[in-house]
Amino acid sequence: MAEHLTLHIPKPPTRPGDAPDFSHLQIPPAGALPRPDSATPARELRDLSDGLIRVLDGEGYAVGAWTPTIEPQRLRDGLRAMLLTRLFEERMFRSHRQGKTSFFMKSTGEEAIGAAQSMVLSPRDMCFPTYRVLSWLMARGYPLNDLVNQIFSNERDPLRGRQLPILYSARAYGFYSLSGNLGSRFGHAVGWAMASAYKGDDSLALAYIGEGSTAEGDFHEALTFASVYHAPVILCVTNNQWAISSFAGIAGAQEATFAAKAAGYGLPGLRVDGNDFLAVWAATEWAVARARANLGATLIEFFTYRAAGHSTSDDPGRYRPADEAAHWPLGDPIVRLKQHLIAIGEWDEARNIQFEAELSEMVRSAAKEGEAVGTLGKSKPPVSEMFEGVFERPDWRVIEQRKELGV
Amino acid sequence: MAAMSMIQALNSALDVMLERDPDVLMFGEDIGYFGGVFRVTEGLQKKYGLKRCFDTPISEGGIIATAIGMGAYGLRPVAEIQFADYILPAFDQLVSEAARLRYRSNGEFWAPITVRAPYGGGIFGGQTHSQSPEALFAHVTGLCTVIPSNPYDAKGLLIAAVESNDPVIFLEPKRIYNGPFDGHHDRQVKTWVNHPAAEVPEGHYTVPLGKAATLREGREVTVLAYGTMVHVAEAAIEETGIDAELIDLRSIVPLDIGAIVASMKKTGRGVILHEASRFAGFGAELSALIQERCFYHLKAPVARVAGWDTPYPHAFEWNYFPGPARVAAALKRVMEEN
Ligand SMILES: Cc1ncc(C[n+]2csc(CCOP(=O)(O)OP(=O)(O)O)c2C)c(N)n1
Repeated sequence: MAEHLTLHIPKPPTRPGDAPDFSHLQIPPAGALPRPDSATPARELRDLSDGLIRVLDGEGYAVGAWTPTIEPQRLRDGLRAMLLTRLFEERMFRSHRQGKTSFFMKSTGEEAIGAAQSMVLSPRDMCFPTYRVLSWLMARGYPLNDLVNQIFSNERDPLRGRQLPILYSARAYGFYSLSGNLGSRFGHAVGWAMASAYKGDDSLALAYIGEGSTAEGDFHEALTFASVYHAPVILCVTNNQWAISSFAGIAGAQEATFAAKAAGYGLPGLRVDGNDFLAVWAATEWAVARARANLGATLIEFFTYRAAGHSTSDDPGRYRPADEAAHWPLGDPIVRLKQHLIAIGEWDEARNIQFEAELSEMVRSAAKEGEAVGTLGKSKPPVSEMFEGVFERPDWRVIEQRKELGV
Repeated sequence: MAAMSMIQALNSALDVMLERDPDVLMFGEDIGYFGGVFRVTEGLQKKYGLKRCFDTPISEGGIIATAIGMGAYGLRPVAEIQFADYILPAFDQLVSEAARLRYRSNGEFWAPITVRAPYGGGIFGGQTHSQSPEALFAHVTGLCTVIPSNPYDAKGLLIAAVESNDPVIFLEPKRIYNGPFDGHHDRQVKTWVNHPAAEVPEGHYTVPLGKAATLREGREVTVLAYGTMVHVAEAAIEETGIDAELIDLRSIVPLDIGAIVASMKKTGRGVILHEASRFAGFGAELSALIQERCFYHLKAPVARVAGWDTPYPHAFEWNYFPGPARVAAALKRVMEEN
C-alpha cells in the first residue's frame, strides 16, 4: 500500500519532437466482430463497445458481418461528398490566410462520418451537428455559394452576418443551427426525437459531439433522457483523438472507450472505425433500424483522427508530433473508399482524376462568386440585420437603439 | 521592472504565486502543456510540474466544482475558463456554491478560488467569443468580479485575487492582451511597448481589490469604465477636448463607491461605459447608485454607452462595439444639458 496519496494527471504517449507512436491502440482486423440483430438487448452488446466495427480491409474489400449493401452509385456519391468537403475546406482555409474570413475549421480525415450518415438518414430526420461535419451538407447538395457567403459574412450570408463562419444552420437539409458552445445541442436531439415520438411521427434525430466535449454535463444528461424515454435518437461521439491540444486521455479515454459509456445508461454502444465509410454506414443503419422499431437510442463512437489543426487559430505542431497524422493506423477515409470502389471494379484512377478536377472547379467558381459579392469587411448584410430576430417582434429597446444608430 | 504585455504580466503573476505558495495550483482546458489558447500559462507546467498546472476535461461545471472542493480542502486553485462565454455551464457552481459556501456553513468552509476568463469583444469572435458577462456575476452576492485594463494592474490584481479568501471572477479583456485598443479598429494595432502601465515589477506586489484608479483628473464630467473601455474613453476624451475625469473601476465587486461619489459630486455629470449590452448591465447599478447618492449634485442625467441589446453580432462587430464616436457623442450630450 502506498504511504501517501499521489495525484494522477494523464499524459499522452508522445509530444512534439517524439516519433509518432500509435502502438498503444489495439486495432482489430476488419470483419472480426459479429453483427447482432438491432433488436438485441443492450446488455448483450458490450463487445461492440470495446472492439472496433470495421468493414474495409487493407486491400479495400468489404469483409465480415457488418458489410452493408450499397449501390455502387451511392458509394460514388459518398466519395463525391467527402472529396468535395476536403477540397472546399482547403480552399476556405486558404481564404482565411488571405484575410477573406475571420475563422475557419477543417474536418480533414473525418469526412466519412457526416457523408455516410447523411445518406443513411432520411430527409425527415434532423442532425444536430458539430462544426466538423460539413460532409453532411455536402452529401445533401447544400449550395456551395451559401456556404461561401456565410463564411465571408457578406451581403448574401444566409445567416445575415449574425453568426461566426461555419456555424451554419440549414433546416431544409436536416441540419440544426450550430453554436460555438460545445455540447449544448446534444440534448436538443433527444428532445427532438421525443417530440417526434410524442406526435407519433417517424422523424429521428442524430447528434454529434467531440470526444473532448463528452466531459460536458450535456452529454450525460442527453444519455440519461435518451435512455429513460427510449428516444429515437442516434448519439455519436466523434473521437478524433484531440481536443485542441488535449489528447483523448484528458476526456477519459485511458479508462474506458467512449462507446462503453453507453452501458451505464443501459444503451447499446457501438465503437466504429470512423475512417471506414462502409462501417459508418452499417453502424448507422443498425441504429436507425433500432430507433425506427421504437427500441430507443444508440451511442456510437467513431474512432478517427483530426488530421488538420483544430482551427485557423491553431498550430498542432506545438502539442503533438508534427507528422502524427501520416501515421494514423486507420488511414484516410477518402483514399479507402476510392480503393474499395476500384477493388470492386466500379472506379478507376482516370475517372478519379477527372472527378477531382470537376469538383475543384466547382469549389473554385463558388469561391470566386462569393469573392465577387464580397469578403469579410468588404461586404455585409445591412446593419439593420443586427437588430432583427432577437424576439419574434422587436421590443422598444431594439426599436430605439436601431433609431439611435440610424439604421 | 520589465516591459510586459498583459499576457506576460498575468503569466508573471501566476509564476510568482506558484513559486511562493505550494498550495497554489492551476487547471483549465489546454492550459497545461500548451500554455492556454492565449498563452497566459505558457511555460508554467514545465517549470512547476504536471500537478501544479494541468489540462482538464472540457467541463466548465466540473472545473469549477473541482476548484471549490480543492479550495474547501485548503488549496488556492486558479481555474481558467477558456472564454468567459463558456463559463455558463459552471454558473450554478459559482452562484449556488462558491458564492455561498462561507455563509451557509457559518464559516466552516469557504472557496478561495480564482476563476480567470478572457472576455469581451473586438476580435471578430462572433456570439460566443465576445461576450461580457460581468453583470451576471456582480448580481451574485458573495462573488468578487475584477477586470484589469493594463499589464501593471493585471498582475497586481491577479495576485490579490489568488491571495483572497473569497471567490474571485477575474475577467481578462482579450482585445487588450497584446496592446491597448481605443476602439479605432481601422488604425494600426498597438502593442504595450512604451505604455507606462506596461512597466511591471518582476516580483510580488498587489493592487488591492475594490480600489478604483483615477487615470485622468477633470472637472466637467466623470467617466466610469473598466477593461477595454478605459482605452476607448481615453480616446474619446482626447478627441472631444472635454475636461473629463476618467475612473478605471478595476473591480466592480468590491466597488470603490467612495471614488465614484467623490468624483460625481465634483463634476455633476457622468458617463458610464461597458461593452456588455445595456439593459440591466452593470451601468444600471452604477447609475442607480449615483442618483441615490449624488442626486442634488447632478447637472445632467447620467448617460450609458454600451453594447446594443442584441446577441454579439459577428459581421457587425464595429456597429455593435461602443467605440469612441459613440462615447464622444455621449460626452457632448451630457455637457449640453445644464
Ligand atoms: C462550452 C465550451 N467550452 C470550451 C470551448 C472552447 N473549445 C472550442 S473547441 C474545443 C475542443 C473541442 O474538442 P472536441 O469536443 O474533442 O471536438 P474536436 O474539436 O476535436 O472536433 C474547445 C475546448 C467551447 N467552444 N465551448
